[in-house]
Amino acid sequence: MAAASNNPPLLEVRNLRVEFPTRRGTLLAVDDVSFDIAPGEVLGVVGESGAGKSLTGNAIIGLLEPPGRIAGGEIRLEGRRIDNLAYEEMRKIRGARIGAIFQDPLTSLNPLYSVGRQLIETIQTHLSLSNAAARTRAIDLLKEVGIPGAEMRIDHYPHQFSGGMRQRVVIALALCAGPRLIVADEPTTALDVSIQAQIIALLKRLCREHQTAVMLVTHDMGVIAETADRVAVMYAGRVAEIGPVRDVVKHAQHPYTKGLMGSIPSLGVRHERLTQIDGAMPRLTEIPKGCAFNPRCTVHGARCLVERPELMTAGSSRAACWRHDAGGVGQPISKEMVDA
Amino acid sequence: MTDSDVWWSFKSSPLTVAAAVATILIVVVAFLSPILAPHTPFDPATLSLSDGLKPPVFVSSDGDWTFPLGTDDQGRDILSSIMYGTRLSLVVGIASVVVAMTLGITLGLLSGYLGGAVDAVIMRIADVQLTFPAILVALLIDGVVRTVISVQRHDEIALFVIVGAIGLSFWVQYARTVRGSVLVEKNKEYVQAARVIGLSPLVIMVRHVLPNVTGPVLVIATINLGLAIITEATLSFLGVGLPSTEPSLGTLIRLGNEVLQSGDWWITVFPGVTLAALVLAVNLLGDWLRDALNPKLR
Amino acid sequence: MPDGSQNHFVQLEGLKRYFDVSPPWLVRALEGKPRQIVQAVDGIDIEIAKGETFSLVGESGCGKSTVARLVVGLFPPTDGRIEFDGNDMASRRSRAETASLKRRMQMIFQDPYASLNPRWRVFDIIAEPIRAFGLSKDRADLEKQVGDLLRQVRLTPADGRKYPHEFSGGQRQRISIARALASQPEFLVCDEPTSALDVSVQAQILNLMVDLQRRLQLTYLFISHNLAVVYHISTRVGVMYLGRLVEVAPTETLFRRPKHPYTRMLLDTIPDLDMTGRQRSPVAGEVPSPINPPSGCTFHPRCPFANERCKTERPQALPIEGGTVACHAIEEGRLPVEDRTY
Repeated sequence: MAAASNNPPLLEVRNLRVEFPTRRGTLLAVDDVSFDIAPGEVLGVVGESGAGKSLTGNAIIGLLEPPGRIAGGEIRLEGRRIDNLAYEEMRKIRGARIGAIFQDPLTSLNPLYSVGRQLIETIQTHLSLSNAAARTRAIDLLKEVGIPGAEMRIDHYPHQFSGGMRQRVVIALALCAGPRLIVADEPTTALDVSIQAQIIALLKRLCREHQTAVMLVTHDMGVIAETADRVAVMYAGRVAEIGPVRDVVKHAQHPYTKGLMGSIPSLGVRHERLTQIDGAMPRLTEIPKGCAFNPRCTVHGARCLVERPELMTAGSSRAACWRHDAGGVGQPISKEMVDA
Repeated sequence: MTDSDVWWSFKSSPLTVAAAVATILIVVVAFLSPILAPHTPFDPATLSLSDGLKPPVFVSSDGDWTFPLGTDDQGRDILSSIMYGTRLSLVVGIASVVVAMTLGITLGLLSGYLGGAVDAVIMRIADVQLTFPAILVALLIDGVVRTVISVQRHDEIALFVIVGAIGLSFWVQYARTVRGSVLVEKNKEYVQAARVIGLSPLVIMVRHVLPNVTGPVLVIATINLGLAIITEATLSFLGVGLPSTEPSLGTLIRLGNEVLQSGDWWITVFPGVTLAALVLAVNLLGDWLRDALNPKLR
Repeated sequence: MPDGSQNHFVQLEGLKRYFDVSPPWLVRALEGKPRQIVQAVDGIDIEIAKGETFSLVGESGCGKSTVARLVVGLFPPTDGRIEFDGNDMASRRSRAETASLKRRMQMIFQDPYASLNPRWRVFDIIAEPIRAFGLSKDRADLEKQVGDLLRQVRLTPADGRKYPHEFSGGQRQRISIARALASQPEFLVCDEPTSALDVSVQAQILNLMVDLQRRLQLTYLFISHNLAVVYHISTRVGVMYLGRLVEVAPTETLFRRPKHPYTRMLLDTIPDLDMTGRQRSPVAGEVPSPINPPSGCTFHPRCPFANERCKTERPQALPIEGGTVACHAIEEGRLPVEDRTY
């Protein structure tokens, strides 16, 4: 576990299960996921589409889209259970204690109201401030997220902002009540590369200055490497590996993480071919027995086909893999090593 | 969306299943009327005035089981009249929907895919037509035909006139829907891929775009079938539709309406109930189809 | 590879494409609004040698996808020439001659969900170009060709009977590639072929593309916003900004010794996956609207090295270190070229 976990965790997620009842049976989209986030820590949650990363985020902020529902486990914020709260109670916590940032800045803002009105409304919902005080705070927030000419821009409408500036407004909106935790779901995916870098830098700075914890959900390992303190790699609804970002990126323990890292083209050495993981992540209806990754895994053994691995200590991380020690820490796993 | 999804949403809606059963029942009975109907009501040779104005069997002891729903003043069996009339109403309804659909899809495809002046002309005509109620357009077309040809000749081709009139008054909705879908589809990459190969616009329209815009068209067609049947009934009720020698449900209602004041209610009420049931069932099916094919509502 | 004397396989000369995005005539007349023209591609010269992978990179709205569509003839250029294997694409020729040129260049699209007709079976999707160009003798030959194509992209002939929705995103992109290969082309235009895919699937597709290129001697025009992918796959790279090429160079040169300030800025945005703690300068500003692009060098409002000349005079492409760069600061020697390591 990371050094940050010396403090009591801000967010505790224990054995979270999210399921979708469909007419062809109930699909388990998030299966027994547990992690903590300490105050001021950035936890990256990374995975490919369908891995359950966004659902985990939505479950925490209480915005699972029906018919999806939390089917088991606990979510605690500052020691208080929040997964079983009524909608109204959860609405107060969301905004006041938890801020949310979504992928598309355009749909997160109401096009009919000026950004100032939306900010002031949110501020007054959660803090008892006068109109003038709320407006001052709104301007301060816009300045803080790096919008030039905030005094004037506050009265502009969302469509008058560019994509990057809009995402800054969304971040300001999430910060209104000084939340302890921000859940950011693909906050940079819709943005151009140069703007991505700006938004990442902004998130990092805010996190540091306010000791706000961030759960950063993304498919982009690059964003995680830049931003996160720790990272959880998700595969088919489960956490495959969790640990300090540097260890996971450079010394992955789970074969899936290794494959994932190898499949990202890197600057520096040009390889003729990229490492590739054959096949694709299974659909929720066809998750194999045992380890969900076993059909794509080059090093799986007999046990992997029948018994599901729980997270176990592997180096400085924890990995859900019976074979995590097959090649020694940080060594590439090869078929020969297992057969030997 | 797979077909099994549609089937599932069908099965899980009892109202829809009931509507489908009712529709199928009415359609089958109507089209088998030459076999199933107890009388051939519009063959003068089989009629007897002494059978005239018999009430339905279950309201009066004067009733006769030969004529379960009673007879009209000419001694025609109401039940048989309704069966034949429903068949005619369905034929007119379906035929005019086919006319409207063919015209609308063709113009919509051309308008959406070619754009520019073609689009502008077709859509402005559509706009103008939309400012008149469909029934008025149908009346106008029928009126024009009547002034051009003789009365006798008109009765012979009345069926085609009314199908054409209703068809022409309903094409706009198809054209607009198809145009909208085409505008979306033609910018999709599979259409661009076909253009890279160098296929002609006509081939791309028919083979690539058309199959992908049929969903909404099917929905409109189902809903329009009810509307077309009502329109025909309205026109026939007003006396400008099908002649009384060849009565549809609308004509039957009109004929009955003339003697309604003298207390012979069954002549008009039973065709009316049949019309209402048929249109309601078809519309319920259309509503269900619209919801089942709309991904946003699922 | 690129030296002027050699006859290039694909050549773009002064290519321009403007789009009229004005409001309708009536609105313009009533509200007194001027015409609005987007200069999506504003004068581009590119030469692509046979067998190489030439990549175009840039942020959204820089015109790179428009270049791809111009090259395959999805819309005509406003100005300029496209030459393919010595044939001017704009000159009039017979149907058969046009078809024989079109057969030799195909395109792979970005969105694996939109690029396959959902109502068609995979077999018919892949067979379409073969049928359109009359490349099969009979039904059995057609089936054999489609089967071979499916195998070539690591699918099975039995997959031909399925519909696109039965496949994952990566498999659909394979089908898309099989369709592009069906007419036995020599030149493939690839418009962001992996940007809608997950990274592990992206690696599969990139590996497949490299294998196919080697086996079939294909030439690629590769469009992407992902610099790491471009670095991995390209022979030479062109960097676009607001409809213009700011720099063209062999891949290693571009990434090791970037010259244009915009190229340097783009390289600074590449996440540091090796966790080397590499120093990166902060990036400021956003891409301006292509409707009213800045005067002179369009990058000058964001450029830390801009001077008066940059604001007024459009820089021309200068040959340098095997490539070209359009920058006054480089031309005047105000901006030294530095080596970069990763």
